[in-house]
Amino acid sequence: MVVTDALARLGRAGLTALAGVGRAHTLLAAIIVGLPALLPRPRLLIAQIFNIGVLSVLIIAVSGLFVGMVLGLQGYYVLNQFGAEESLGVMVAASLVRELGPVVTALLVAGRAGSALTAEIGLMKATEQLSALEMMAVDPVRRVLTPRFFGGCIAMPLLAAMFSMLGVLGGWFVGVGLLGVDDGAFWSQMQSKLDFREDVINGVIKSLVFGVVVSWIALFQGYDATPTAAGVSQATTRSVVHAALAVLGLDFILTALMFGE
Amino acid sequence: MGKGVPAQFARADAQGDERLQQPGNGAGAEPLVRIRGLHFAHGGKVIFDGIDLDIQRGAVTAIMGPSGTGKTTLLKLISGQLKPNAGSIEVDGEAVHHLNRQQLCALRKRMGMLFQSGALLGDLSVFENVAFPLREHARLPESLLRRLVLMKLEAVGLRGAAALMPSQLSGGMARRVALARAVALDPMMVMYDEPFTGQDPISMGVLVQLVHQLNDAGGISSIIVSHDVPETLGIADHAYVIAEGRVMCSGTPEQVSAHADPRVRQFLDGAPDGPVHFHYPSSVPLAQDMLASGEHRGWW
Amino acid sequence: MGTTRTTEILVGAFMAAGFLALFFLAMRVSNLSAAGDGDGYALIARFDNIGSLKVRAPVSMAGVRLGRVESIAFDEAAYQAVVTLRIDAAYDQLPTDTFANIYTAGLLGEQYVSLDPGGSPDYLGDGDQIEHTQSALVLERMIGQFLFNQAQEDSE
Repeated sequence: MVVTDALARLGRAGLTALAGVGRAHTLLAAIIVGLPALLPRPRLLIAQIFNIGVLSVLIIAVSGLFVGMVLGLQGYYVLNQFGAEESLGVMVAASLVRELGPVVTALLVAGRAGSALTAEIGLMKATEQLSALEMMAVDPVRRVLTPRFFGGCIAMPLLAAMFSMLGVLGGWFVGVGLLGVDDGAFWSQMQSKLDFREDVINGVIKSLVFGVVVSWIALFQGYDATPTAAGVSQATTRSVVHAALAVLGLDFILTALMFGE
Repeated sequence: MGKGVPAQFARADAQGDERLQQPGNGAGAEPLVRIRGLHFAHGGKVIFDGIDLDIQRGAVTAIMGPSGTGKTTLLKLISGQLKPNAGSIEVDGEAVHHLNRQQLCALRKRMGMLFQSGALLGDLSVFENVAFPLREHARLPESLLRRLVLMKLEAVGLRGAAALMPSQLSGGMARRVALARAVALDPMMVMYDEPFTGQDPISMGVLVQLVHQLNDAGGISSIIVSHDVPETLGIADHAYVIAEGRVMCSGTPEQVSAHADPRVRQFLDGAPDGPVHFHYPSSVPLAQDMLASGEHRGWW
Repeated sequence: MGTTRTTEILVGAFMAAGFLALFFLAMRVSNLSAAGDGDGYALIARFDNIGSLKVRAPVSMAGVRLGRVESIAFDEAAYQAVVTLRIDAAYDQLPTDTFANIYTAGLLGEQYVSLDPGGSPDYLGDGDQIEHTQSALVLERMIGQFLFNQAQEDSE
């Protein structure tokens, strides 16, 4: 009795989850189909790049700088034991460009902009704004979701690049400025070890994928939220948790595909 | 609104589905909205169980009923946001649920809807909210658009609030702005979802007057969904009372007010107990429920 | 309208900053500023053992980087490693009897190709082979040889 009950519950939970995945994909398709309608109205897109990108610059810049400085400090202590301080630049830049830049940026954007997107869409649903759009013969997916989705996809790689650049500069400031690593060795070792296609482009591809995933999850959670105050707050939490898990999981897969030789 | 002489009324009991219902007024003219044999269930609960309704052109039609009888659902069915399980809904001669997306959009441009909450777009100013349908559907020069929007706002008495954001408006003002937006495209009909609920007497008076003006001056057909009995009956030309998924009665406000059916009487008079019970139905008697161990929770 | 303009300017600045950061990563952090593919000329060197030499390892002379390792292949007939070196076009006066060694940068560093100039008046051109090569030093083999020599000395 208890066992069949548990099995039934498990089955129901699985089916619910599967239905959610299905709805999420339908929504993604509808969002992407809306792209042609968006192109003649770049202002809608610009407003969303502002919301997601420009408003996240401060937290991204500060985090990038500090992450780079910490990497510089910790890297120096480890490398110093092997007499390999000259490799500090390589260590800082490789970890930032390959991993920390895309991943930490995606996590920060999920927390800063993704949760805001979910709450915004959820509230628009709860206050019948989405229904009102539909009643005005305006497709809410195209008018509201599509610009936000592509705004997120565009903003994410640019934010990640800023994060990595400021991180490298932060590492350089600590390593070269404070700890006395040779300036020339710092940059030349970095340049000789990091490849444009292998490292930089792969990092950009990662952050593009994260941009798609974070925006998609945030918008879906908002659009699928129960239209009540409690429903929207739950959706906001879910949005951040799911986005963070998806980013970390995908990062492992992408890393294995890209850097595993 | 005295409970005077028992007048004659058109009883529209849903048991007689085949019997075409003849509304009291406007006979002869093609109705704007014609609903026949509407069945609709949602989440296992039957909301409409065979409803026949006619909305006349140029008139104010009230649809009343207790909370939870699906009045808002009815508006969503008329506007094509929901699809009926059976039956037909025709608006201006077009079967709403058989239209494709494009035709439905074209039809919706001719419908306005006033939502209970106003549903103004939170990130746009009052002016931009009213301008929104015009910007989306009509390519107007900015000066003409401005004049149109200000006219609509003037009509609801809020031209001075054009620059405010929706969050700065009171509930009644938001509803007036939403009304200005609903009529921005000069629709043939406006649907009001609980327009008077939660309003102070002054806002209520203003809204009643606006609905009246729009109907008289603009010739716009109106559907008012409400459970505010005196206000609604005060401006309606024709009224329906729905409950339990059926039309309980219909007719002119006088006819409805004088209706003798106990369920209608309970709703109109606001009696706490009657055919609609005070207690939500329970499967077991109280004593048995008290003795049960109360294990309803899941194991997680 | 004023706010729209501010938004547009800020978004423009944001996009510019993002692309600037990408440019910085490309030019300053990674090796895009170094000679790209196809630039310069190719030299071929055969080694008996390349140790752990990798593609894109630096090629240098007198400690100055002249190019990088373009590809590594295996010659089944001679059982040798065939290493193609891509030398920057600016350095086109390497003598034909240049000597190629595989060295290690530091104790734990990566391996690289070091070129030592010979005295020939002729210069190497595209596709030429470097005749004189010395294989990478494999630590285990060195230690083994050292121990073997020691044992021999002891037994004498």
